[in-house]
Amino acid sequence: MITLADMLTLSGVLFALAVAGIFLNRKNVILLLMCVELLLLAANFNFIAFSRMLGDLTGQVFVFFVLTVAAAESAIGLAILVVLFRERRSINVEDLNTLKG
Amino acid sequence: MNPHLLIAIPLAPLIAAVIAGLFGNRIGRIASHTITIAGVALACALSLYVLKQLYWGGASEFNGPVYTWLVSDGVHIQVGFLIDRLTVLMMSVVTFVSLCVHVYTIGYMSDDPGYTRFFSYISLFTFAMLMLVMANNFMQLFFGWEAVGVVSYLLIGFWYTRPSAIFANMKAFIVNRVGDFGFVIGIAALFSFTHSLSYTSAFAAAPQLAQQTLPVFGGVNALTLICVCLFIGAMGKSAQVPLHVWLPDSMEGPTPISALIHAATMVTAGIFMVARMSPLFEHSDAALSFVLVIGATTAFFMGLLGVVNNDIKRVIAYSTLSQLGYMTAALGASAYSAAIYHLMTHAFFKALLFLAAGSVIIGMHHEQDMRKMGGLAKYMPITAITCWVGGLALVATPFFSGFYSKDAIIEAVGMTHRWGATYAYWCVLLGSFVTSLYTFRLLFMTFHGEERFRHTQAGHGHEAHGHDAHGGHGVHEPHESPWVVTLPLIALAIPSLLIGYFTVGKVLYGSYFGSAIEVLPSHDVIAHMAADYHGPIELALRGFLGAPFWLALAGLFTAWLFVLKRPDLADAAAVKFAWLKRILDQKFYFDWFNEQVIARLSRALGTGLWKAGDQTLIDGALVNGTAASVGWFGGVVRRVQSGYLYSYAFWIVIGLAALLGWFLVHA
Amino acid sequence: MRPTGEVEAVLVQILFYLFATLLVAGALGVITARNPVYSVLFLVFSFVNSAAIWLLVEAEFLAIVLVLVYVGAVMVLFLFVVMMLDINLAELKRGFTRFAWLGWLTALAVIVEIVGVIWQHGLGGVDVSRGFVSEPANYSNTLELGQVLYTRYAYPFELAAVLLVVAIVAAIALTLRRRPGQKVQDVSRQVAVRADERLRVVKVAAEKRP
Repeated sequence: MITLADMLTLSGVLFALAVAGIFLNRKNVILLLMCVELLLLAANFNFIAFSRMLGDLTGQVFVFFVLTVAAAESAIGLAILVVLFRERRSINVEDLNTLKG
Repeated sequence: MNPHLLIAIPLAPLIAAVIAGLFGNRIGRIASHTITIAGVALACALSLYVLKQLYWGGASEFNGPVYTWLVSDGVHIQVGFLIDRLTVLMMSVVTFVSLCVHVYTIGYMSDDPGYTRFFSYISLFTFAMLMLVMANNFMQLFFGWEAVGVVSYLLIGFWYTRPSAIFANMKAFIVNRVGDFGFVIGIAALFSFTHSLSYTSAFAAAPQLAQQTLPVFGGVNALTLICVCLFIGAMGKSAQVPLHVWLPDSMEGPTPISALIHAATMVTAGIFMVARMSPLFEHSDAALSFVLVIGATTAFFMGLLGVVNNDIKRVIAYSTLSQLGYMTAALGASAYSAAIYHLMTHAFFKALLFLAAGSVIIGMHHEQDMRKMGGLAKYMPITAITCWVGGLALVATPFFSGFYSKDAIIEAVGMTHRWGATYAYWCVLLGSFVTSLYTFRLLFMTFHGEERFRHTQAGHGHEAHGHDAHGGHGVHEPHESPWVVTLPLIALAIPSLLIGYFTVGKVLYGSYFGSAIEVLPSHDVIAHMAADYHGPIELALRGFLGAPFWLALAGLFTAWLFVLKRPDLADAAAVKFAWLKRILDQKFYFDWFNEQVIARLSRALGTGLWKAGDQTLIDGALVNGTAASVGWFGGVVRRVQSGYLYSYAFWIVIGLAALLGWFLVHA
Repeated sequence: MRPTGEVEAVLVQILFYLFATLLVAGALGVITARNPVYSVLFLVFSFVNSAAIWLLVEAEFLAIVLVLVYVGAVMVLFLFVVMMLDINLAELKRGFTRFAWLGWLTALAVIVEIVGVIWQHGLGGVDVSRGFVSEPANYSNTLELGQVLYTRYAYPFELAAVLLVVAIVAAIALTLRRRPGQKVQDVSRQVAVRADERLRVVKVAAEKRP
């Protein structure tokens, strides 16, 4: 039998790995986007676990919306990435320091 | 008493001043002088009415607020009037002299481009002086005190294109600031003890204050400190040694101003203030001794300077200093009523002398040097006669008004037993010789003897006193002045001659002041003198036997000898006593000391503070230092803002982990 | 035919641990792969495993959506972009280990904290050691979800649709490129055209025949 703790711990490990991924792949924007997808996946695990455990479908509805937003985010993020690459011939984050005052 | 009536007294000149000052160019000269004269005449009439009500009408004195400006921490800052017999006497004198001066100005300033401005100023001055005199609290007193100072500044520099006038008004202003410094400290000290600005509470607290000791300068009596500080303010305003240096220079202003402000009214503000504060001063013998010594010193030594000066207005100015010294000495001897009485008589005859001098100056086409006058009595008889009246009053000839007041002062100083009284007595006694000497020297040099103006035309002072509408060269025949000038002379000559005779019994020896002036019984010299008083005639006849009279006679003889009979003797004496003349010509080196020592030290101190305090500490360390440290801190912190996306992501994640940890530990 | 009782519980548990292990391995692959293409494939693998786990806890609809929409559309999009772009991998991987220690440290901290939260604080009274109970046999997750989604959450659902439209428009607008010299139609100008802009009557002087 799967317990709630199992699901939550799995979610936590997934989350931590995604965080580590952000640190490891700090230069590659595509990888950063993928890590964000992993983070959202970890969050969805929690939603589903609690939804099922508490018998409340709202959590699953929320996962549905999260998936929608994540899809939209990926689409726009990748579009930005394409435009960026067209401008700079690079997706290296180290080249993107125009935020610096 | 109706407060609205009282409010009208200072407001009438103020409104007139505002109209003449702001709209003078539009409404013209005649309207300007009409409205200001009407304002002052109204104030004068109302003052005399109040005087009548208070003295004969049996009205009680008025003491209360008429307008509250603000209340802060329980302290009321308000306009309030204290109208008692002392106040109303001052009000009447001020408005009467001011009225005379207004009328006189029509003639004196007739060809001056600043005609309406001048009328606005003198009306404004009347307002300020009335506010000072009528005050029932220290804030209003200080307002009036500073307001008359400002108007004085404006009027001394009235001819602002003259460098000497600008120098003189700056000097007057700065020297008065020194006095005001003490004045403000005095008020503040009093406030810190009583937590009120009203006279009433200050007077009520005086006996307790006399018992308290302040831990400054090794412990001084609180009341003594307050009184001395207040008196330092009076020293500035009333031109007492060593803050007298501005008054002779203030003669750069037009002559009506010299008469109104620098002889009759403003300079007496200090005297009035001390008399008003008599309930405070009475409880401090040390402060009164200080007042006595300063006053006596001024009375004698400033008179000496009048003897060697040749500028007709400056001689009178030194005479004013000397007479103010007499008044101050009277204050120091607890003879407040004598001081105020002399203030009143002096206001009349000194204003008269100044206006007469102004008349002479007009007649001589703006020539002020007495060495270029002489024999003018023939050409301007009214001026000469009125001037003689003023002069005789000044030297305290019996039956003249000056006699009753000045003799009383000398006697009072002689009777007091305060520390320094002996020195003071000799000063005021010998002062009467000096007074007589410079007065008759002035009269003889101006109105009698050789007509020196006939052969000194080459040196006619067009440049020095370049305000000569007559123009032209060659010999000017001196001429009598128009009626607007001579009328005030006569109007002032009458009280100069008679007012002492009619009022001495009531004001000085009677109970006129009542509770307005407080004198401790052990100090009350006037009461002793009143015991010997048997009417003005008897007093005057007794005056013929007194030492002051004979000293004055000696002065008359000396002046006659050196000026009319043997002018060569004067030159010989000048050579023989060259060292003395040198000291007197240099005015006891006060100006030299101020300019060379005090001014230089002040400048050095100012430069030092500017360089070390302002530039290095405030600008350098505080202002720029703050900016620099903020800049440095920003320079350090901005390294965090690398501009790389991933570093922001790092911070977000690390922050999340930290928050989660905090939640784990604390929640 | 569903297995029942103890057997079922043990089987489900074994499957869960299997998929969980694969999921973690996939996630590790995503973050450590040298080639982004591999990363995307690892991510697809992770999503498939996740879908399997969601099926195990009986969130069937979301599991299907995850595979269909996410793996089928979004991940293909990722793969497409990664392959389209000519990425200098050597440059991107330089300094890979520079902040690695920080990353692992943070990850460790996050795990410790989450586990601490789960076990120490008990999540406000929820018993974390409880197991998931199977729904009845005639239960339809999709039906139930659809019922709340189209009733209670109708407006948020429509908003989500609008969001997707905006995302589509935005993505197209961002990547739309106007190359100079490109021949394009301007429909509005075509519609607004007037006759006199197209036709000009020219008077030509008559010419004598040579």
